[in-house]
Amino acid sequence: MTATATETRRLTMVEALNQALHEEMAANPRVLVMGEDVGVDGGVFRVTKGLLDAFGPQRVVDTPLSEAGILGTAIGLALGGMRPVAEIQFSGFLNFAFEQIQPHCSRFRQRTCGRLTVPMVVRSPSGGGIRALEHHSESEEAMYVHTPGLVVLMPSGPLTAYGLLKAALRAPDTVMFFEPKSIYRAIKEDVPADGAPLEIGKARIDREGSDVTVVAWGAMVRRAREAADTLDASVEILDLLSLAPLDHEAIVASVQKTGRLVVVHEAPRTGGLAGEIYARVCEDAFYHLRARPERVTGWDVPFPLLGREMAYLPDKERIAAAIARVLADR
Amino acid sequence: MSTSSDTHAARACDPGLSFEVPPCVRILRADGTLEPGAEPPFDDARAVELYRHMLRARIFDARLLKLQRQGRVGTFAPGFGQEAAQIGSISAVEKHDWFVPSFREIPAALYRGAPFRSVILYCMGFEEGSVAPPGARDLPVSIPVGGQSAHAVGLAWAMRLQGDPGIALVYFGDGATSEGIVHESMNFAGALRAPVVFFCQNNQWAISTPRRVQTASETIAQKAIAHGLRGVQVDGNDLFAVHAVVREAASIARETGMSTLVEAITFRRGVHTTADDPRVYRTEDEERAWERRDPVDRVRTWLTARGLWSDADEAAYTEAVEAEIAADLRDAEAFREEADPMVMFDHAIATPDPYLARQRAEAEEAFDGRVVIAGATKPRTRKGSDAVVGELEIAED
Ligand SMILES: Cc1ncc(C[n+]2csc(CCOP(=O)(O)OP(=O)(O)O)c2C)c(N)n1
Ligand SMILES: [Mg+2]
Repeated sequence: MTATATETRRLTMVEALNQALHEEMAANPRVLVMGEDVGVDGGVFRVTKGLLDAFGPQRVVDTPLSEAGILGTAIGLALGGMRPVAEIQFSGFLNFAFEQIQPHCSRFRQRTCGRLTVPMVVRSPSGGGIRALEHHSESEEAMYVHTPGLVVLMPSGPLTAYGLLKAALRAPDTVMFFEPKSIYRAIKEDVPADGAPLEIGKARIDREGSDVTVVAWGAMVRRAREAADTLDASVEILDLLSLAPLDHEAIVASVQKTGRLVVVHEAPRTGGLAGEIYARVCEDAFYHLRARPERVTGWDVPFPLLGREMAYLPDKERIAAAIARVLADR
Repeated sequence: MSTSSDTHAARACDPGLSFEVPPCVRILRADGTLEPGAEPPFDDARAVELYRHMLRARIFDARLLKLQRQGRVGTFAPGFGQEAAQIGSISAVEKHDWFVPSFREIPAALYRGAPFRSVILYCMGFEEGSVAPPGARDLPVSIPVGGQSAHAVGLAWAMRLQGDPGIALVYFGDGATSEGIVHESMNFAGALRAPVVFFCQNNQWAISTPRRVQTASETIAQKAIAHGLRGVQVDGNDLFAVHAVVREAASIARETGMSTLVEAITFRRGVHTTADDPRVYRTEDEERAWERRDPVDRVRTWLTARGLWSDADEAAYTEAVEAEIAADLRDAEAFREEADPMVMFDHAIATPDPYLARQRAEAEEAFDGRVVIAGATKPRTRKGSDAVVGELEIAED
């Protein structure tokens, strides 16, 4: 079998997302991009830069300032045969549109026994670490994972961002696509032109190891790598990518292999996804556990203003200390 | 019960309510002269006082922008160009009335008495900057666009229930009028007769989105009519007109419970926030056109022509404000150096449960010997521990 020689370019996550949107819009005339400041401005992070020039104002739409309006009309567009990519400027403002997501969006398929579906992508920058304004740093993925009927994705770098966004644009359901804004421009990777979509529901082994499993997603994958680099141990890092559905098998298989588990997330601890991952491990890898698991998370407090942001977010030091404790526990 | 139906009948319709927005009000023209037959709404002394507030806000705004560019404070939303809208409106209500800002009301907050230090602390990222003096009727900044409008209605309603003569003055932008909650709030204010002045600064832009893209409506003021409120337009760069219009709206609200939506037509002369680049979406021609209508220049021209203000006054006042800012900045930077990260645990909830206390202890442990405050340089040492205090004493010798 000969692979077609594809051109690759070194891109940041912003550029990789932009390329995926360009390619998908060119390939599918039903795709349209909508949201606050996505057109002329190219989005406040420039993810949609150049799309207006390339595809015109019918397909790249600067909407009025209303999150419920954006997602509510996007639902109608999707029901009506279009494939909207709706941007919500910051994930904290998705809450303004939750009334459309949970009661309406997540339920159409089930309510109509599959007759009506809402295939659309909701993109939103999430997470902390850029010294942003109040309400611009939260990680609220668990709220959407806890809303059955939605797919929830979070890439960890340019390449996964590209592959996941392509997958999202072909998915049969609504995809909540969270972009970890702290690594928007922090990493460059080789991204192919017209590359393949990633498979939704599949985690990625970021680094293979045998002593301990670290489960992370989004910006925390990189943090986990930095922490692992400071330790003299064989650390396996599992990059979830897909938060709903969760790659249950990958989590269980890794913990069965290592017998030790650390979960890292930016979101507050209680009700965060680490709890769900612990539960899956208890169900299917309980007897393989050789140590008490640990979770390194945001604290159970509202996300502080930027002065105390560093004290809130899991960092290399906290993650390394947790891994070391789990390794020492026998 | 007859009482409840009487109450309902009483507010069913208001004979004084117009279904048209009256012509835009202006008193002081862009060239600093009065409209024929128009008079300022206050005496000369008050005009000078309010001009000083406008100038003070403008000086601080420019200074804060420099500090942000130097990385000494975080991002913020400048009030540059909107000083007449803000000082004119906030000066037209009482200290006893509630001030409900969005995120662009640094000038109005300064007028209410917020020290520079508080604003700087908030911009540096410390909740301590949002703490108003006890009893102050000032809400903190509201960044989620529009949401604060409902709080204003609730505050006004609470005052009415308690026989308090106050009203609420709430600020939001042209973009905010697209959020459902702003309309829900106006409707509540009308239905419940909660005395509110809804003050919309139509500064022509919501980040990169121009007013005409935001709504097909000819004016923003007319949006009041459907909710049973008064809707008026005013030249938002005219200190006198804004003050006059808001004073009237406040007194109608106080006396009758009828709320008003004021559309103040102004212009954001600077960046949306320090993370924004207006060159991407607007022209210099537009910026220059509004420079000619600048609100601060306008009042200065008028005061100077009347012999109430001079270049020497301007220089002396500027110097005094700069000195005040410098002192407050030093204070804020000293605060940051000593800032306690644990404050985030102290005010999350009234009664922390043991599991939260355990996280706090975990954090103490993790932060020991490290700098975890943005912009601070001194590593944290565990407070209250004998060993650490001992070490500190030795280190200080
Ligand atoms: C609910 C919500 N959506 C989006 C944002 C991001 N955002 C901040 S300010 C702004 C534009 C606001 O425009 P306008 O209401 O006209 O106020 P201005 O900034 O012009 O003062 C946007 C979209 C936000 N803060 N809150
Ligand atoms: Mg505006």
